[in-house]
Amino acid sequence: MADKITEEQTQHIAGLAKLELKQAELPEFTQQLNDLLKMLDTLEKVDTTGVEPTYTVTDQINVTRKDIAEDWGERDALLKNAPDTSDGLIKVPAIIDESEDE
Amino acid sequence: MNYLNKDLNSLHQMLVNKEISAVDLVKGTLSNIKDTDQEIEAFNNLNDRALEDAKAVDARGIDANNILDGIPLALKDNIVTKELPTTASSNMLKNFTSIYDATVAKKLSDLGSINVGKTNMDEFAMGSSTENSAFKTTHNPWDYSKVPGGSSGGSAAAVASGEVPVALGSDTGGSIRQPASFTGIVGMKPTYGRVSRWGLIAMASSFDQIGPLTKNVFDNALVLNAISGHDDHDSTSSEKEVPDFTEHIQDGVKGMKIGIPKEYVNKLAPDVSEAIQNAAETFKKLGAQVDWVSMPNSKYGVTAYNALQTAEASSNLERFDGIRYGYRASDAKTLDELYIKSRSEGFGDEVKRRIMLGTLSLSYDNVDKYYKQAAKIRTLIINDFKKVFADHDLILSPTSRVTAFTIGVEDQDPIEMYMNDILTIPANMAGVPAMSQIAGFSNSLPIGMQLMGKPFDESTIYKAGYAFEQNTDFHKQTPKMGGK
Repeated sequence: MADKITEEQTQHIAGLAKLELKQAELPEFTQQLNDLLKMLDTLEKVDTTGVEPTYTVTDQINVTRKDIAEDWGERDALLKNAPDTSDGLIKVPAIIDESEDE
Repeated sequence: MNYLNKDLNSLHQMLVNKEISAVDLVKGTLSNIKDTDQEIEAFNNLNDRALEDAKAVDARGIDANNILDGIPLALKDNIVTKELPTTASSNMLKNFTSIYDATVAKKLSDLGSINVGKTNMDEFAMGSSTENSAFKTTHNPWDYSKVPGGSSGGSAAAVASGEVPVALGSDTGGSIRQPASFTGIVGMKPTYGRVSRWGLIAMASSFDQIGPLTKNVFDNALVLNAISGHDDHDSTSSEKEVPDFTEHIQDGVKGMKIGIPKEYVNKLAPDVSEAIQNAAETFKKLGAQVDWVSMPNSKYGVTAYNALQTAEASSNLERFDGIRYGYRASDAKTLDELYIKSRSEGFGDEVKRRIMLGTLSLSYDNVDKYYKQAAKIRTLIINDFKKVFADHDLILSPTSRVTAFTIGVEDQDPIEMYMNDILTIPANMAGVPAMSQIAGFSNSLPIGMQLMGKPFDESTIYKAGYAFEQNTDFHKQTPKMGGK
């Protein structure tokens, strides 16, 4: 049985998925994650010796196609969904945090 | 116009005979929805252009050989459309409009059917009550204080209340069948690969399937005819030929072998148990052989599913980053902050919970213990199905152990909520087709029965479901609200 995860670990896991929990949310999320992990821990009890894992149930294996670019001609419509644009481009905050270099 | 007592064939005849035009039908549908939906709250958005689409159909004339021509229908709000927003009932996508139509949406509109709106759901299809919507709570037409089930609860409530004759839903762990069960209608989760998911907002890609919700079995088969088939845009969609699902639907169940897994009738509400026994008797009377079978690994289904589905969902939902589309937090100073704030503000709690559990399931320390072990258990569950289907045509069970529960009762406890899907998850694990239809009532709430079939054998499910419907009258009853 795995050790219980702490509130710090919960915040760490959230961070891995680019999420941040509010301090007030942490106790409940931590409790729920621990309950769910307790549930997942029961999987270990099932004997799966020699059993192959199944990751998909499709009957289509190795579907290939020619790698041809298609121009949908929908640039303007696509940009309409972007939260912030400028001159036909999507605007984002600074990618390089200069303070980290100091 | 409501559709409580009208099937697709009778609507089609009215259109062909010009007793009614497509415009009349759409006008009547929209005005009824505006009325009914004040209490049901099945729709997130109505289609402003539906009337224009109907005019176009009338202008070229109804095709007498195309049963869906001019028929109004609804789509679950995770199926993208150009004509109106697709939100997945999430603040993340509140203002999102796709630049293309999902394959199923395009197939239906090419056939002349008219999309009147997008239906409410649990956010990103995560839930089994439709209470996890960021926008509204949909009510069960049979009792407004009850949930309609989920995650396709809006689609189910729209059909059950007679707002539309047909709606599409999606089913990852039971999200078509459980709401169909709770609202007393027919919901089919087709075989994995039967229907293209191009344009379905992905939740767990090795499980997700789109399928029809309808008032009766025959209509359901007609709609599946229309949306099935290979699509180059979804490489998991099968190249197998699509039969006409109505062709042998009237052939009856004589000589059919139906198994009831003894593990599926544990802990049932007493009325549910009785309804399934009665259903078994009905099938026997009609000439089918019904016996007990064993599917011992099904009991691990919910847990293994939670390890796999959350892992897949956490990966699928990485794309919501606040950059190209969707919600963007307003005050982020760096790119990393923009990701974190947008996702933390845009996603609801259940979505966060599943992303975090999935992240854990896939993490270096846990991937063998959780994700891979669950994938092996998936193999064991598939083997259970193979064993039963070696000498049975169908598997019969309840769809849910209970009838519709009260709004607000279970949404505080995630594990309790996950257990709702215990009888529906195995079909998703194995990719087999499964359908829910009404098989009785408990305190005026519908009870659902589930029929599961061999891969790509939806026809046999429809055949048995149709025979059951012809010999029972549960499906003819309409919710109280219908009398208004």
